[in-house]
Amino acid sequence: MLAQVKDLLLLVIGSALVSNVVLSQFLGLCPFLGVSKKVETAAGMGTAVIFVITLASGVAGVIYKFILTPLHIEYLQTIVFILVIAALVQFVEMFLKKFMKSLYEALGVYLPLITTNCAVLGVALTNVQLEYGILTGIVNGFATALGFTISIIILAGIREKMAYNDIPESFKGMPIVLLTAGLMAIAFCGFSGLL
Amino acid sequence: MSKQSSAGERLINGIIKENPTFVLTLGMCPTLAVTTSAMNGLGMGLTTMVVLALSNMIISALRNVIPDKVRIPAFIVIIASFVTVMQLLLQGFLPSLYDSLGIYIPLIVVNCIILGRAEAYASKNPVIPSLFDGIGMGLGFSLALTCIGAVREILGAGEVFGFRIMPDSYVPFSIFVMAPGAFFVLATLTAIQNKIKINGEKKGKDMSRIQSGCSEDCFSCGKAGCCEHKFYDTDEKEGK
Repeated sequence: MLAQVKDLLLLVIGSALVSNVVLSQFLGLCPFLGVSKKVETAAGMGTAVIFVITLASGVAGVIYKFILTPLHIEYLQTIVFILVIAALVQFVEMFLKKFMKSLYEALGVYLPLITTNCAVLGVALTNVQLEYGILTGIVNGFATALGFTISIIILAGIREKMAYNDIPESFKGMPIVLLTAGLMAIAFCGFSGLL
Repeated sequence: MSKQSSAGERLINGIIKENPTFVLTLGMCPTLAVTTSAMNGLGMGLTTMVVLALSNMIISALRNVIPDKVRIPAFIVIIASFVTVMQLLLQGFLPSLYDSLGIYIPLIVVNCIILGRAEAYASKNPVIPSLFDGIGMGLGFSLALTCIGAVREILGAGEVFGFRIMPDSYVPFSIFVMAPGAFFVLATLTAIQNKIKINGEKKGKDMSRIQSGCSEDCFSCGKAGCCEHKFYDTDEKEGK
């Protein structure tokens, strides 16, 4: 039991920090660069991503284990996962709108943006590739999303500070953000000593 | 003759005028992730090209059959099918490329370029131009990926396509083949793009063609058809 908990904890650190989903795997770059102008919106996006990825990795894990594997149609995983994720996001949006108004108002705008976020599909596929069980898959999904949230909030914090700095004309906008992300990636390389 | 010229025009358009990476800045996730070497970049580019050309062709052929409301899921299914086909082919015939591209092959499904072209071109135009549009865009993407891969490989390992071209005294910056290097290379690239845009605007040219696609702001890339779409169009339901 204790060994299992330890394994899961190591998995969380590994997925959230060491192989960070954005800074070392380049998944989910669109929202990372697009929605990181303010810490507040970055945090909202991060929460929505945690919510959706955790849910999606659970659902994808269940579908893979109980539908695709028994029928021997594992090769359809890409098609099935993308459809399930897209439908899931839509469903979550409708559900929140109907039953949890306050949460919908906080996350609502970000949900449609997540549909084609490659991080969601990426986590589902990684879970299958590394042959994680359902629980491990969910933990991995949560940790990956946590890593996304950490990095997008840090980037938003830096961008808020940077907004009033004097930047060369051609580096304004995206280039300077990408340079910042590159420096963050170097910093995150330091975590590789953790495991 | 007119057909031929339009096919040629689509090819040139994809490779130069609307190069998906250098001009439109679409599909940045795979661009950054797989360009650790020129070979990987080329492999990824060509795989994407095949998927793009075939899915463009099928979507264009079915453009009058697919109901408008469910077009996005329909497009996604078509694209995902071709991606799966390519994945199995690569696994069978080019296992080394399959291993080095790994998870980024199935992720071609969510590449903005493919859904973007389906929305912007294939769903409105006949089959042959759509096919050539796909090939042109795919070639442009391959070219861009190979160039970026080559730059990173030269700086990071002193090699191109595995051949050593730098003198032995050259000490490679290995950071360029690692994750941070990808961000630095792309930062430089977009800075150059900005510079060209600013210079062009000073001379009074129309530079609106150069977009910043996905990497600028997700809320504005509806034109590119990548992030903004919902699974179904819900507008009507909300109206009631």
